[in-house]
Amino acid sequence: MTDVWMGVPWAVILIVLPLAAAMTAFVWPRISQLLVLGCSLVIVLAVTGLALQLWYHGVFHHALGGWGAPLGIELYADGLSLVLLAATGLVGAGVSVYASAYFSVEEKRRFWPIWLFLLAALNALFLSADLFNLYVTLELMGLAAVALTALPGSRDALAGAARYLFVSLLGSLAYLLGVALLYHAFGSLDIAVLAERLRPVPAAWVALGLMSAGLLLKTALFPLHFWLPPAHSSAPSPVSAVLSALVIKASLYILLRLWIMLFGPFAGDGVAAFLGLLGVAAILWGSVQALRQTRLKLLVAYSTVAQIGYLFLAFPLATVASWNATMVLLLSHALAKSAMFLAAGNFLNFGGHDRIADLDHIVQRLPLSAFAFALAGVSLMGLPPSGGFIGKWLLLEAALVQGRWDLAAVMLLGGLLTAAYVFKVLGKSFTQADVACTYQPKEIPARMQWVALILACGAILLGFGGTPLLPLLEIGVPFDGSGP
Amino acid sequence: MSVALFYALAGAGLFSIGLHALLVHRHLLRKILAVNVMGSGVFLVLAAMAAPNAIALSDPVPHAMIITGIVVAVAATALALVLMLKLTAETGQAVLPGREEENS
Repeated sequence: MTDVWMGVPWAVILIVLPLAAAMTAFVWPRISQLLVLGCSLVIVLAVTGLALQLWYHGVFHHALGGWGAPLGIELYADGLSLVLLAATGLVGAGVSVYASAYFSVEEKRRFWPIWLFLLAALNALFLSADLFNLYVTLELMGLAAVALTALPGSRDALAGAARYLFVSLLGSLAYLLGVALLYHAFGSLDIAVLAERLRPVPAAWVALGLMSAGLLLKTALFPLHFWLPPAHSSAPSPVSAVLSALVIKASLYILLRLWIMLFGPFAGDGVAAFLGLLGVAAILWGSVQALRQTRLKLLVAYSTVAQIGYLFLAFPLATVASWNATMVLLLSHALAKSAMFLAAGNFLNFGGHDRIADLDHIVQRLPLSAFAFALAGVSLMGLPPSGGFIGKWLLLEAALVQGRWDLAAVMLLGGLLTAAYVFKVLGKSFTQADVACTYQPKEIPARMQWVALILACGAILLGFGGTPLLPLLEIGVPFDGSGP
Repeated sequence: MSVALFYALAGAGLFSIGLHALLVHRHLLRKILAVNVMGSGVFLVLAAMAAPNAIALSDPVPHAMIITGIVVAVAATALALVLMLKLTAETGQAVLPGREEENS
């Protein structure tokens, strides 16, 4: 039994299955919902299978079509890929269930195929070990994400999607130009091969600049975050959840990989300190902006801008502990933020608006969603016991060990600001609205509430299960070559 | 200056012109064209790198990258055009609404 389990090429299934399902869903819409839910389940199983393979056999390699690294394209998985695949599997399954109740039959026809393409692109991206493959999957993901953002067809959604598309294309083209330079200078696209050949010549520096700028733009790190709030808040709620939880993490993943395996050793402290500084600015600016918002979905979107900042604090610290902290934070943010957007979507659907001031006793009316929102908030704030707490604690510890009091102070301040905007929402959800409400409250299907709650609970449970997770992360020692 | 270097520099130039146009112009069609010009710039750089030289014959890998890149560019352009048409139908003009309008 174990042999059968171990022998299956789970990584290939992770890519091929959603891709095939997407096309089937497109030509045969009647079975598409069943297909998506089945597919989500198999993806979770496949990630588990892959985790077991990694655990027993170490780093995973798969030469596509039997052609090995220098010539062919390889699939590759280590602890870093595994964390992101797990996040995709879990959030993806949650969003699939949520979307099955959220969209109308007509909307679902358009939603399911693109959603499956997005899942396929994300899985393929996290399994790529080749710079150009990363580009292709990045574009596939970007196009699918833009199409999903535009689904409602309203003016805001279309404008948000168009702006998102241009930003996404600009980012990928800058990345591609960097890839071209690296290929020219060092004659390979495979990250592992490049790592051996890379020398600090001008071409490498230009490539580092172009690729980082493109990826930072797509990750929406301050001050390149301007496109994120309109795009993420105007999209349908399940799409917002995926955009904030997974899509921006994909470009961050590429950046982390490049930094740790390629550029980190020679780029030096200056660039790392600069990235850390942008992270600090993102935390402060994003949190303050979130606090100022009057619309719930915009608040949650700005909160994403702030939380991305935390993920960049590890660059100047550059220790294995700080990278581990980043990964735990990344996973807990994915779960908490998707839960938060889904809960916000329930509020929006229920009352027909998302003005924070008029939430009007939402706690009594949608107790499960309000509870989910609060739990997700606990994780974002970094209160124990939650995944956010473990991540922030590890990061804080790493900062203090190195005597970086400034970074530690920003982390704590960011936590306080997060608490402020989460409580702003929760406070209003207990009170009566100023104006008498005229809306007709809409029934929210139970599964939409439960999905939000389960994802939020996942973020909390990570606080208990986070420590056993760390050895899994270290498979293939992705962070070995980090920093000086 | 070798021919390959000339092409590479021309590619970098196209990339910069496209970037400038993308940031400056408000009309969506111009933005879409700008992105395409940028893409062509990148492809030109790739093609220049594949040029045959004294040591080696022409390198097929950048060619494969260009072909894949063109496919991606066509798909992206199609999506952008559809978005532009939908937005025009919705708002009456093919420009992105400004920030202040969006919040209203």
